[in-house]
Amino acid sequence: MDEKINNIQEEIIEEFSKLNDWFDKYEYLIDLGKSLEPLDEKLKSEENSLSGCQSKVWLKAEIRGERILYLVASDSLITKGMISLLLRVLNNQYPEDIVNADLYFIDKIGLNTNLSPSRVNGLMSIVKHIKSYAKVAPNINK
Amino acid sequence: MIDIDKIRSDFPILTQKINGNNLVYLDNSATTHKPQQVIDSIVDFYSSMNCNVHRGVHYLGEQASIAYESVREKVKDFIKAKKSKEIVFTSGTTESINLIANSFGRSFINKGDEIIITEMEHHSNIVPWQILCENKGAKLKIIPINNNGTLMIDKLNSLITDRTKLISLTYVSNVLGTITPVKDVIKTAHSKDIPVLIDAAQAVQHIPIDVQNLDCDFFVFSGHKIYAETGVGVLYAKEKWLEAMPPHKYGGGMISKVSFKKTSFAEVPFKFEAGTGNISAVISLGKAIEYLNDIGIKEIQKHEDELMRYTFDKLSTLDGITIYGNAPKRCGIISFNLDNIHHYDAVMILDKMGIAVRSGTHCAEPVMSHYGINGSIRVSFAIYNSKEDIDGLIYGLKKVQEMHQ
Repeated sequence: MDEKINNIQEEIIEEFSKLNDWFDKYEYLIDLGKSLEPLDEKLKSEENSLSGCQSKVWLKAEIRGERILYLVASDSLITKGMISLLLRVLNNQYPEDIVNADLYFIDKIGLNTNLSPSRVNGLMSIVKHIKSYAKVAPNINK
Repeated sequence: MIDIDKIRSDFPILTQKINGNNLVYLDNSATTHKPQQVIDSIVDFYSSMNCNVHRGVHYLGEQASIAYESVREKVKDFIKAKKSKEIVFTSGTTESINLIANSFGRSFINKGDEIIITEMEHHSNIVPWQILCENKGAKLKIIPINNNGTLMIDKLNSLITDRTKLISLTYVSNVLGTITPVKDVIKTAHSKDIPVLIDAAQAVQHIPIDVQNLDCDFFVFSGHKIYAETGVGVLYAKEKWLEAMPPHKYGGGMISKVSFKKTSFAEVPFKFEAGTGNISAVISLGKAIEYLNDIGIKEIQKHEDELMRYTFDKLSTLDGITIYGNAPKRCGIISFNLDNIHHYDAVMILDKMGIAVRSGTHCAEPVMSHYGINGSIRVSFAIYNSKEDIDGLIYGLKKVQEMHQ
């Protein structure tokens, strides 16, 4: 396990510990959602669209050198906010580390308890897609 | 004038706190809550009467059968049908429509025939006809909607041909709340000998019903949207249709004589009730109808109309809101979106405040396509909703907007 992934998770947990209630957490997610770089309209294709989410989500992965860069978009700001957290942890990492990442921050920052079950499923489905891409990505030696 | 506090006290679930807030339940089109009287009727049934109906001649069997059949009588009176044998118990509106598609459709729809529905139907009143048409080589035609949420009823005459075999339409749109001109449609259809099915899933709980006055051929609704338990629905059909239609499923309780050579079927309505029905839910439907009758459906209508106007006025004061449809005759339901806010995000934030409303396509994707949206927020009323509920909703929506600024 790459230390870097867990360091970022700890950073996020630290940030969320300063947010008092769910209002603040949601507001923070909305702000993160707004700041997520907009995805090129061309990438919002049927091919890149994920099923299993109540809001629309598009995911595209690209190999950059030895690492993977994910591009994600959603029509929901809260979903975008959650995605932006995922990307902060998993973007630009080695495929092997992405596959092995234990994303404990999701539980620690209370997303599981603050989201509806359908939304948690949606989030997990995005994680699954991110990991499954890393699994099939060319196995590059570090 | 209805006593809202008294009514609210009949619904135990309304006293619940959701995320520390009083529950504001405005998702009644999905399902209504149940008054204590209805809940008790289910417990009473299992405590004192539980038995299969129309089978055992022992005491409990007789009692259960009498209670079950008394509900058929109550439903008949509630929708003003001519005979109780015109009432078939199903599992809900969806099964009622599928029953007609699989029975009437199987017998009376042929290659090249046409069925007319509208653009504002719930998927339950689209898909069964679509599949039937595919299987039979028949054609599905659509009455379009105007932007104000009314039907383009002037198109009906040009849609009807000598191959039209059925018109099936909703009484009240489950997205727009529009009350459709069913009586005019039925009159036009009957002048050409075309039967009409009315999907009343969103109507019976809000407006007085008289199927004889409407003169509809089929009329369907669900128990759980009218304060009864889930898993019971009603199919009303004119006796002549029930006599002419074949059973759609086969088994116990629907036969008169069985040998390995030949089976003959029971009388109407039993030939459409194969297998053991949802007896406790049927009993609860009887109690729910009693409950509504005690308050008076006209009183309920008055209360909900006032609530509708109040909600409309309050919503209109919000900046950046788009309300879908503004039909002159409407009830029960308002759908809208807030500018630049995903309906799903809005509803999640409202949920945190104890406010239950619906987001999504509401099983009516063609309506979403009409307005060029991928979903909406939907608010829907019941007898126990008060102006305080609406004030809570408006407060919540303002908070949603604030959080998105």
